[in-house]
Amino acid sequence: MNSGRPWFRIMALTLGFIFLYLPILLLIIYSFNKSRLVTVWGGFSVKWYDALIHNQAILNAAWLSVRVGAISATVSVALGTLAGMALTRFGPFKGRTLLSGMTAAPLVMPEVITGLAMLLLFVTMEQLIGWPAGRGITTIIIAHITFTMAFVTVIVQSRLTQMDESLEEAAFDLGARPAKVFFVITLPIILPALISGWLLAFTLSLDDLVITSFVAGPGSSTLPMVVWSKVRLGVSPDINALATIMIGIVATGVVIAGFWMTRQQKVRDRDAQMALAANQDLIESLKQG
Amino acid sequence: MGNARPPAQPRSDVARWLQRVIPKGKSLVTSVPYLWLLLFFLIPFVIVLKISFSDTQIAMPPYQPLFSWAADQVLQVKLHLSNFAFLVQDDLYWMSYLTSLKVAAISTLLCLLIGYPMAYAIARSRESTRNILLLLVILPFWTSFLLRVYAWIGLLKNNGFINNTLMALGIIDQPIQMMQTDFAVYLGIVYSYLPFMILPLYTTLVKLDLTLLEAAADLGSRPWEAFLKITLPLSVPGIIAGCMLVFIPAIGEFVIPSLLGDPGMLMIGKVLWTEFFNNRDWPVASAVAIALLLLLVIPIMIFQHFQESGGGAHR
Repeated sequence: MNSGRPWFRIMALTLGFIFLYLPILLLIIYSFNKSRLVTVWGGFSVKWYDALIHNQAILNAAWLSVRVGAISATVSVALGTLAGMALTRFGPFKGRTLLSGMTAAPLVMPEVITGLAMLLLFVTMEQLIGWPAGRGITTIIIAHITFTMAFVTVIVQSRLTQMDESLEEAAFDLGARPAKVFFVITLPIILPALISGWLLAFTLSLDDLVITSFVAGPGSSTLPMVVWSKVRLGVSPDINALATIMIGIVATGVVIAGFWMTRQQKVRDRDAQMALAANQDLIESLKQG
Repeated sequence: MGNARPPAQPRSDVARWLQRVIPKGKSLVTSVPYLWLLLFFLIPFVIVLKISFSDTQIAMPPYQPLFSWAADQVLQVKLHLSNFAFLVQDDLYWMSYLTSLKVAAISTLLCLLIGYPMAYAIARSRESTRNILLLLVILPFWTSFLLRVYAWIGLLKNNGFINNTLMALGIIDQPIQMMQTDFAVYLGIVYSYLPFMILPLYTTLVKLDLTLLEAAADLGSRPWEAFLKITLPLSVPGIIAGCMLVFIPAIGEFVIPSLLGDPGMLMIGKVLWTEFFNNRDWPVASAVAIALLLLLVIPIMIFQHFQESGGGAHR
């Protein structure tokens, strides 16, 4: 089967990847364009990068976005791990369907609806209990935790289902308490999933425009909001430079994380095999003894 | 995790009381994300529903309370159905719902037509190249969505990359108008959501038992027949998951039609945004959101069902 119609597979992949990468590639190339006209090549220059690092509004927004992203990704990983554990390890419990529904729905919920709903919640809460007072970084972080948590839960859940439960069972049989089993056995094994979950939550938070626009207050403009107000007016070369920097950082991060996780996986597989072999030896020796 | 070890004996009455009151272990693990999602995801929808029944007023927040204490200490409940009546009567809303459905359906179909061959090709590649190809599919998804949509402006403009190239090659004399057309919106949606289509398709295709295809070939069926009778039916769960992951968010899409589409193109996400930010009509925006949610209930339930059955767990 594998040899069937290789030309078709190669063509599908080539065209597909050209489609996915051509716009990004052009964006990067034109960020080094000397000319202000974004589509005419006027020679190599880094002046748009220079303009970018002197643009205080963009720098402030970027710093705000990074802080929001780091905080919400961290909380979201913690909550998503708990939800993932509850959904995979606790069997059926009261309200499980609702929990699984609430963790899956944000994945597909149109952002305009989520954004509006969260804003109305914050306004109502402020009227009722006086918190959160006004809208700003706190409300943005809460909203981002809520919608990124769904993605983390899915990742953690799929890792937990794939994971070999016999390791946890063995630890229980040896008398470890649930918390200890989680921290000593489960957590190290699902760590790669937590890292990719964190990275995904961070980039989703860093990127979100629609939900953020609803829940942000005056003076708390995140990077996508500043970018949005600029790109609405058309193509501008410093945004190309900004895009290139962001793509560069993300691509490097993802590639490094990918390699690191593959290597960890290999190490773990080897350890698991060695443990298995040791067990076999033990069983054999017990049989003989 | 069902270990029935008796809990350690608390030392004092207070400790015993605390132990009873504070949820322990399992229930604590469940209740924290549960409460968070109830408070910040479910209750907001109840509030949206409530506000969709209230009336506008010029104040902050710009809507009138549903419940109020009338002069004679009687709780008054004022339900304004006017917002929904307004939605039904005004053609603008009908049109934008229909346009959104049409755009989302066509884009989903295009996504499937482009994504299926790619997912198939990746699933049939050597195992070592598979991971690299998958990484290449996911990588754009990690970079800013807004900036990727923005990148298309440079390609589609009248003096953009595509028109310039075609004119330089002498294929066309005049630039083709691509920006601010429906075509640009389809393109933007397909481009942005393609990874969401490919991943679930790949997950089902890679699990496919290849011996079935060998058996079909041995029994004399042609590759295309085998594909239509075996591969395609077996990949239906992936097709459904992928289509829902593209279709549902695409209906409410705001950024793509605003950046690439015709300013006159009405999609429901744009209408909601305008009602909220430009007209500051929160009750009507809420009613639009409720109507949109009703439209999405069935697709979301299909997606949810699939998610539960585990096929779409891997993204």
